[in-house]
Amino acid sequence: MSSTTQNAPSPVPGSVGSRPRGGIAAVLSRRHIGTIAALVALLIFNFIFTPHFATMQTLSVNLTQVCVIVIVGVGMTMVIATGGIDLSVGSIMAIAGAFAPQIFQGTLFPVPNLYTGIALAIVLSITVAGFFGLFNGWLVSSFRVQPIIATLILYIAGRGIAQVWTNGDLQVFKVPEFQQIAIGRVFGVPFQVWIMLALVLIAAWALQRTVFGRQVLAVGGNEQAAWLAGIPVRRVKRRVYVISGVCSGIAGLIVIAMNSAADANLIGMGIELDVIAAVAVGGTLLSGGRATIIGTLLGALIIQLVRYTLLANGVPDAAALVVKAGLIVLAVWLQRQDRA
Amino acid sequence: MATAEPFLSMQGINKSFGNIPALIDASLEVREGEVMALIGQNGAGKSTMIKVLNGFSRKDAGTITVNGAPWAATSPEMAQRGGISTIFQEINLIPFRSVTENIYLGREIKTRLGLLDLRAMQAGARKLLAEFDIDVDVRRPLGEFSTAIQQMVAIARAVSFDARLVIMDEPTSSLDETEVGVLFETIRRLKAKRVAVVFVSHKLDELYAVCDRVTVMRDGRTVAVSTMADMTKLQLVATMLGRDLAEVRRAGATAFTEGTRTIGEELLSVQDLAVGRRVSDASLSVRRGEIVGLAGLLGAGRTETARAIYGASPHEKGSIRLEGKETDFTAPADAIKAGIGFCSEDRKHEGIIPGMSVRENLTLALLPALSRAGIVDESRQREIVLRFIKEIGIKCSSPEQKIRELSGGNQQKVLLARWLCMNPKLLILDEPTRGIDVGAKAEIQRLIRKLADDGLGVLMISSEIEEIVEGSDRVFVLRDGKMTAEFDGEAINEPAVMGAMAHGHGEVA
Ligand SMILES: Nc1ncnc2c1ncn2[C@@H]1O[C@H](COP(=O)(O)OP(=O)(O)OP(=O)(O)O)[C@@H](O)[C@H]1O
Ligand SMILES: [Mg+2]
Repeated sequence: MSSTTQNAPSPVPGSVGSRPRGGIAAVLSRRHIGTIAALVALLIFNFIFTPHFATMQTLSVNLTQVCVIVIVGVGMTMVIATGGIDLSVGSIMAIAGAFAPQIFQGTLFPVPNLYTGIALAIVLSITVAGFFGLFNGWLVSSFRVQPIIATLILYIAGRGIAQVWTNGDLQVFKVPEFQQIAIGRVFGVPFQVWIMLALVLIAAWALQRTVFGRQVLAVGGNEQAAWLAGIPVRRVKRRVYVISGVCSGIAGLIVIAMNSAADANLIGMGIELDVIAAVAVGGTLLSGGRATIIGTLLGALIIQLVRYTLLANGVPDAAALVVKAGLIVLAVWLQRQDRA
Repeated sequence: MATAEPFLSMQGINKSFGNIPALIDASLEVREGEVMALIGQNGAGKSTMIKVLNGFSRKDAGTITVNGAPWAATSPEMAQRGGISTIFQEINLIPFRSVTENIYLGREIKTRLGLLDLRAMQAGARKLLAEFDIDVDVRRPLGEFSTAIQQMVAIARAVSFDARLVIMDEPTSSLDETEVGVLFETIRRLKAKRVAVVFVSHKLDELYAVCDRVTVMRDGRTVAVSTMADMTKLQLVATMLGRDLAEVRRAGATAFTEGTRTIGEELLSVQDLAVGRRVSDASLSVRRGEIVGLAGLLGAGRTETARAIYGASPHEKGSIRLEGKETDFTAPADAIKAGIGFCSEDRKHEGIIPGMSVRENLTLALLPALSRAGIVDESRQREIVLRFIKEIGIKCSSPEQKIRELSGGNQQKVLLARWLCMNPKLLILDEPTRGIDVGAKAEIQRLIRKLADDGLGVLMISSEIEEIVEGSDRVFVLRDGKMTAEFDGEAINEPAVMGAMAHGHGEVA
């Protein structure tokens, strides 16, 4: 048509509209290069300096530790993508973790047999976790409570609920059938790793390819504009908190299955910081609008490896905290560089 | 003027984004006390040139001297201290801070104890705005005011820095005639103080009103420099577009072509509408195939009326009927489902999702319709996007380019396409051609006309009286929140509409 286009710098032939996609290479696109480099550096460091690093056992320990962070991180990434934050993840884990044993052990209500009990325990505790997430979402979307305040409520009250529910008792159980969800192995890989991978892939795909995923990013990118373009902003926000609740519920079950015990005082304690750190280190913008689930996976691996490295090389826990804080500062600084 | 040494001289400026050049050996010279027009098509590189000068962006090559000395501002703040202040194309003030705070941002008045002297700042802000004929509560957040007021605040702020050069990147794009008059008065005052001004605008008449000389840019190059008086409007357009004079003359100045109209039954009917504090009694109607202009001065309540129709603001009184049925929209999503589109005047805050691509911004509202079972059909999406990029000439390196990297006018085109691709029944356009160059403006006006001829109803708000008069089949005039006049067909002419805008005379609606 008019001269507006005729003189435009002509793009490389065939490049218009073609978009890098598909394949591992594309998933780990340019934006992850820094994160991957850091990860590789950490691995090399450990191979050289950390004794017994290249063993199956080390791998297994690290993987199981990282699973919980990643699973919670999937929900957190979605929440942060809308410009929100969820501090209540640890408490929701505790609620789900405290609730489940009472169901499969039949103390809450009689169950016909163990397998029904386990199935009910899984479904009901995750549902309950989802409802607590809905509560967060409801506060944020319908009452416009700031996310950090809204989720602080359950951060404090949620663990209290779990403690009151269990009278503060430690519930110990030995139910291998249930514990399979964490420690059972498929092709030699712990089942929880499969759960984690499945969640990561589904979420990464959903964020990129579904209407919901794009709306999540649009809300985080410019809420007012998204609303005027007909995006159901309130519904989108509600949903991300539900997703975060559900992910926390799953993580809570995995934790108790690993420990063969549920302690409402300890499940998910302090995990929100690790998770938020993983999300930030992974390259998701904390102010919303740009998110990467794969990044969160990489970020969680880095956080875990740093922790392991310090631990295995005899650095005290307190110092490890400082290093972690430094990592977050670095990640946020890198994000700012990127935007300018 | 016989000044030998220009105040500002930019020579051989190069600037690329990635491997796409935005400026190629561009130049700009401004003399002391001179008003220099800087013009060019959307994406020609005007804003980039300005950003290179004020330190917002870094140049790749070239020299800049100010008063004969090398100039090396690395941020707009630094440029400001050095005597060059900028009014950016997109208002870059802080919406949730008060008007006062925005005016004094970065140079707050402090008491002896080092605390903010709010009282002094408020008095100063009030006094400053009074010079611009603006009377607002300076304690309220800037975001509460209309785009035009925000623009005036930005202008007042920039001018109050006592700069030697004030750069204005499309300052008038959201202003009405009255404010434009005030702005011109300001420019003349600056000129009298020997302050230089660089003035960017797509409205050619304005250039002739205030500018001494003109620099024309095309595709990143400076293609002509001349005194205003030596160039006719047609020559200006031809140089800008890079076409020959005859061709431009043939195309004509206005694009709202005459033709046989088939105006259908009533689509939208608004009766006795009251919205918030601004609109007390508005009535209007739009029929199928008709372009209806909504005219009024700043603060007359045009945008508020439009937002109420679209379900973006609740209305207290009155009725809104779409195809005879009373609407009950609680959110824009409902209006969209009913077949209404709304293109906001505030591109930055209510339009673009800056971090998303052209493709995603363009199809944002269409997304649900573009998907099956919640999964986006990307090949159809791409097809639509490519079609619109071509049809309205959006200048971008690819559909995957982030919209924030596009020039202002090209962002506007993407937003228009967002609604055009929806195939709505009724399209509400608030300043549809804001910041769009003369060539593309004609394209867009033609497109709107064509869609109307195919049965689309259009409600168009514009602060450009010509656009209203030439483009509309019917015109409603709002004054102080009340509908005061309606003009139809032959009765639509500039003096009549302007009279009604100012005094409320005219045929009663
Ligand atoms: N940050 C950026 N990244 C990539 N390209 C950019 C960026 N900023 C500007 N460009 C490109 O540089 C070119 C010139 O843009 P510029 O904003 O200077 O145009 P303009 O003359 O001001 O146009 P308008 O009249 O629409 O405001 C455009 O093609 C634009 O896409
Ligand atoms: Mg510009």
